[in-house]
Amino acid sequence: MTIGLNDYLLVSVLLFAIGFFGVLLRKNTLIVYMCLELMLVATTVALVAFSRYNRTADGNVFVFFILTVAAAEVAVGLAIIVALFRRRQTVQLDELNALKN
Amino acid sequence: MANLLFYLFSAIVLGTAVLVVASKNAVNSAMFFLISLMGTACLFVLLEAYLLAVLLVLVYAGAVVALFLFIVMLLDMQGGERKPFSRATIVASVIAAALLGVGVMSFLKHGQIASPVLEANTPAVGAVLKLYAAQLFTTYLLPVQVVGFLLLIAMLGVIVLSKRFEGLEDIK
Repeated sequence: MTIGLNDYLLVSVLLFAIGFFGVLLRKNTLIVYMCLELMLVATTVALVAFSRYNRTADGNVFVFFILTVAAAEVAVGLAIIVALFRRRQTVQLDELNALKN
Repeated sequence: MANLLFYLFSAIVLGTAVLVVASKNAVNSAMFFLISLMGTACLFVLLEAYLLAVLLVLVYAGAVVALFLFIVMLLDMQGGERKPFSRATIVASVIAAALLGVGVMSFLKHGQIASPVLEANTPAVGAVLKLYAAQLFTTYLLPVQVVGFLLLIAMLGVIVLSKRFEGLEDIK
């Protein structure tokens, strides 16, 4: 049995699910952020697999853009986390409840 | 051989992704995240997208993970005791797990896309470096400009965010 498109898509779905549960379950902002990045990487796997098996270059070019946007997002997000830590002295999600009441 | 490599790399990617979520220490999480990214780059090589594999290693494993480790070191946070999950989290997780399970099951049962058979001698489009340049400078010229502008804005935003502002009221 050769490896087809569906196998790559299954890996992508499982990776996305793991990242999703990380975002749901973890309380540390940095680890939540890493799990968000895992979800982005999962979508890139799906795009590259589609591009390979349909012999088009568009999926690969999209991955190019996703990498750029992810780099920008990480820079801004980590700056926000550092600013937050400076102000509140914590990065635990359940202690950041200023909007609750 | 290629099958074996696919199973090996997917096992590495998925296993270390689980460890990213499960490990208590943020530094360990970042290290497992690094291994997961390397496995993904290997999957890209199996898909013959060599440029993207190199870029993934450079941008993610090089820059992003280093930035994460730097921030973990800078904040010097303790792992702290694990608090029990709140009821809303448990309900949300159960619903999400059920939805994902149903989705994966239906994908496995009905969603099998007729996978195009790849002949051994057809070159992959992702392997040709010239094709990326041709696409990026013709069809995707405007998105390239927009992304460049986005990077500039992100840089300005980070500079503004990391400045200290005096006299701001603290939100309590």
